[in-house]
Amino acid sequence: MAEFEPVLLRRIVRKASPWLDAYRADGGYRALHKGVHEMTPAQVVEVVKASGLRGRGGAGFPTGLKWTFLPKDHPGPIYMCINADESEPCTFNNRILMEEDPHQVLEGIILSCYATRASTAYVYLRYEYGRSYRVLQQAIDELYNHNLLGRNILGKDFHLDIYLHRGAGAYICGEETGLIESLEGKRGWPRIKPPFPAVEGAFRKPTVVNNIETVACVTHIIDRGADWFKSIGVPPDPKNPRDVGSYGPKLYCISGHVNKPGCVELPLGVTLRELVDKHGGGVWKGRKAKGAIPGGISMGIMTEAEFDTPLDFAGPGKVGCLGLGTAAVTVFDEETSIVDVVYNICRFFAHESCGQCTPCREGTGWMLKIMDRMRRGQGRLEDLKILEEVGDNMGIIPGTTICGLADGAGWPVKNAIRKFRAEFEQYIRGAKKGRSLELVKTH
Amino acid sequence: MATVYVNGKPVDIGNEKLNLIQAAQKAGVLIPHYCWHPALTVVASCRMCLVEVGERKPDGSVAMQPKVVPACQTPAKDGTIIVTNSAKAVFAQQQTLEGLLLNHPLDCPVCDKAGECLLQDYTYDFGRATSRMIDDKFAPPNKPNIGADIALFTDRCIKCSRCVRFTREISGTAELMFVARGEHEEIDIFPGEPCNNKLAGNVVDLCPVGALCSKDFLYKHRVWNLKTQKSVCADCSTGCSIWLDANKSIVYRLRPRYNPQAQGHFMCDDGRLGYHYVNSIERFLRPMARRDGRLTPLPWTEMVPAIRRAFQNAAQKEAASVVGVLSPFLTCEEAYLIAKFLKGLSNQVRLALGPVPIVGEDDTYPKDRHGRPIQPVKFTIRAEKCPNRRGVEEILRHFQGEIISFNDVVRDAAEGRVQAMYLAAGYPPRPGGWVSEMQAQMIQRVPLVVCHDLLPSPVSNFAHYVLPSASWAEKEGTFINHAGLAQALYWGAVPAGEIRTDGQVFLDLLERRGLLHAATLRKELAAEVPYFAPLAERDLGEYGILLEKKTAEAGVN
Repeated sequence: MAEFEPVLLRRIVRKASPWLDAYRADGGYRALHKGVHEMTPAQVVEVVKASGLRGRGGAGFPTGLKWTFLPKDHPGPIYMCINADESEPCTFNNRILMEEDPHQVLEGIILSCYATRASTAYVYLRYEYGRSYRVLQQAIDELYNHNLLGRNILGKDFHLDIYLHRGAGAYICGEETGLIESLEGKRGWPRIKPPFPAVEGAFRKPTVVNNIETVACVTHIIDRGADWFKSIGVPPDPKNPRDVGSYGPKLYCISGHVNKPGCVELPLGVTLRELVDKHGGGVWKGRKAKGAIPGGISMGIMTEAEFDTPLDFAGPGKVGCLGLGTAAVTVFDEETSIVDVVYNICRFFAHESCGQCTPCREGTGWMLKIMDRMRRGQGRLEDLKILEEVGDNMGIIPGTTICGLADGAGWPVKNAIRKFRAEFEQYIRGAKKGRSLELVKTH
Repeated sequence: MATVYVNGKPVDIGNEKLNLIQAAQKAGVLIPHYCWHPALTVVASCRMCLVEVGERKPDGSVAMQPKVVPACQTPAKDGTIIVTNSAKAVFAQQQTLEGLLLNHPLDCPVCDKAGECLLQDYTYDFGRATSRMIDDKFAPPNKPNIGADIALFTDRCIKCSRCVRFTREISGTAELMFVARGEHEEIDIFPGEPCNNKLAGNVVDLCPVGALCSKDFLYKHRVWNLKTQKSVCADCSTGCSIWLDANKSIVYRLRPRYNPQAQGHFMCDDGRLGYHYVNSIERFLRPMARRDGRLTPLPWTEMVPAIRRAFQNAAQKEAASVVGVLSPFLTCEEAYLIAKFLKGLSNQVRLALGPVPIVGEDDTYPKDRHGRPIQPVKFTIRAEKCPNRRGVEEILRHFQGEIISFNDVVRDAAEGRVQAMYLAAGYPPRPGGWVSEMQAQMIQRVPLVVCHDLLPSPVSNFAHYVLPSASWAEKEGTFINHAGLAQALYWGAVPAGEIRTDGQVFLDLLERRGLLHAATLRKELAAEVPYFAPLAERDLGEYGILLEKKTAEAGVN
């Protein structure tokens, strides 16, 4: 297989200027011209649908299909929300896209809005991304000056405004309805569905929520066509009728105990082992890996033995993980205690649970208390059973919460216990009572 | 016609739009719930009402959903199957309750809510006996000054957000909010802006646990010792249906009682906290006559004949100079009896409507942050601060065709044209009182004044006979609210001392035998006064009977 030529990172790897002139010189906004002048919005939707593009934010929902859920002939306004609240731990691909090549993202946003007939796009940025905010704002100003935003874009009857909205640092505001609530100025509490955002979203109008990387892909799908996009990645598994395939390039973030952490662009379906050994430079300090988190901590844990699993939308699920997630791989080496890993995960979710649904609010806190006690040497074997039970019974999969945060909070815990039970038991049995092992103080 | 199946039992829910909690209620099955309240928006966040749901297809096949769903959020449709007692549903309820109790302090012995607490009830019915958590509970500090009349016991809160939604949706003032996240989440206010709106007390009723407590009731009484009686609030002409909680004839608190025809689910704090005069030690406790300028007790057995005789004499001399003043705090039955007594002396006797207290203007909710009312109106506190002006007016209209105002009578008194005056007052205390000093001076010129009242007033200072009146909490009868809704009032407490209910005194004046029985009198009233005819057949039921076709324009929720 020939070396994969980066698409999304094409200009970034050669450190090209992020600004409009340079972007145009590299063929930028060609796709927008093509889309707006040669295609109807419905045709754009069809192309995206045909490309098999799946949302890059974590759930992997087919983007074209999502767009078709919008009510037909709606008098408007329709809103486009761009989810740049990249808050899954160890995920940083959106940030690179926004900071280094903002026009690629903006072109995708404009095309997506053209396709969905949205008149306003809100980019919901996590607060911590100050540089992304400034770079994007400057790029948006450039677009307004060149009539690529505002009224009558490219001389057509197509109007669009893009606003940047900075969140206040909540993980839950990356959930699409939590994002919409936060955007409306409310507390970021996910909404009950139905109605889904496509019917009643931001400001009670039809709304599409897409990830930054997703819209960046749209740019290239319109530019190069659906067939090109489909030539990259993994076709659906014929044995699994629900698998719709994983096409296209994907930005993988590699972090943790590797020699060369960073973000690489590869076709979907690369194995975790290849990612770690070839692109991450191998595990640090000459050690072996104990396991890795395949796509953000909510997706669960893979052991070293499972590293040959391909990282496409279906792969991690085959080894008991929740899914591909954000494809942010975090490797931990053999010296790491799994109890510390799970404790840290619990700490994150107990801090980030929005507090709306009882099972998640109380469950995440309880799991943290148990893990904290375990690390202080007071663990009991029955705690493992409680952890599994609590983890099993929160989330939208058992139906006990509104959003998926609780699934993500419970999954890595029960995953870790199942895959590393011996280590947990050994830890609990061998614990010296009363020792304190504060990683970082609990909040 | 839609049929739902609750635990296998088919129930016809008609064409109503119901959620699964309401549909199951029709089948007599309780689905436990905290965050859902019929007057508030659905948030489906407490996750107490998880049930298994399926659908029975027309061909008889059954398709169940693979996971539990919140009943409050799921609409009931034809063929919906609700299973509340399957292993999955029961387990989900147990899990939720265990979660709710993780950080709950379990301080029931000192909690005001104990005995009527939904957390207690549901734990008993649906929960586990023990908690598996051995770690320390999270115990945030209490907030005793979250409102002038409400205190927050932060650690008891189960975060159902009913109170938050109430202040946003019904009162509109939005004082309450959540701060922080996860299990550290708390109800709070913006610093310096306590929850002091006039509907604030409702958050105490809405709170399913003992987190929000009324400072008025705090640590006063265990709820299981209270005798609860259906009643009607007498504070304004909205006539909110209420529960009156009393023990040993001391009224401890009022709570709203749902009535779609009167006010909906809630009541205002004016009414809720306006009962204290009932327990006041300043009330008249025995009938008194003025001897040598001083009020001296006189037994009822002597008092009633004395008054009857005095009024008969006055009516014989000049009937037109005898005046009865009927306050809008009388029940319809009482107004009827006193009117019957006075008009029985002579048809020339004049009856006047007592002063109708009006304070400001009708106060509607919700309001915006600046206190401006917004539409649609969901609750109205009326300016007319009396419960039964309409009922008394209808009686007056029946007996003399016209309604004489109190001011006319007072002017006549000042001009010496009144020889005897019976003031059936029964007014609760109010700033300024029901009668001013100047009016009292005018009335003082009347040679015979009977003041039938609760509390001392400028008139009772010189009245020749002072009779103790019973408050609305201590009598039974009928009130007609602003919209013509007749609601029944029941005995909530026994009047203290030698107080007899006003109606009983009027019966005695009429020389009618027996004790006052409101239902019998109501029947008599209905037969005699056409306006009250609809009340003849049956008792007034839970929601009362609307006497006028015009529906209440007040927003009912």
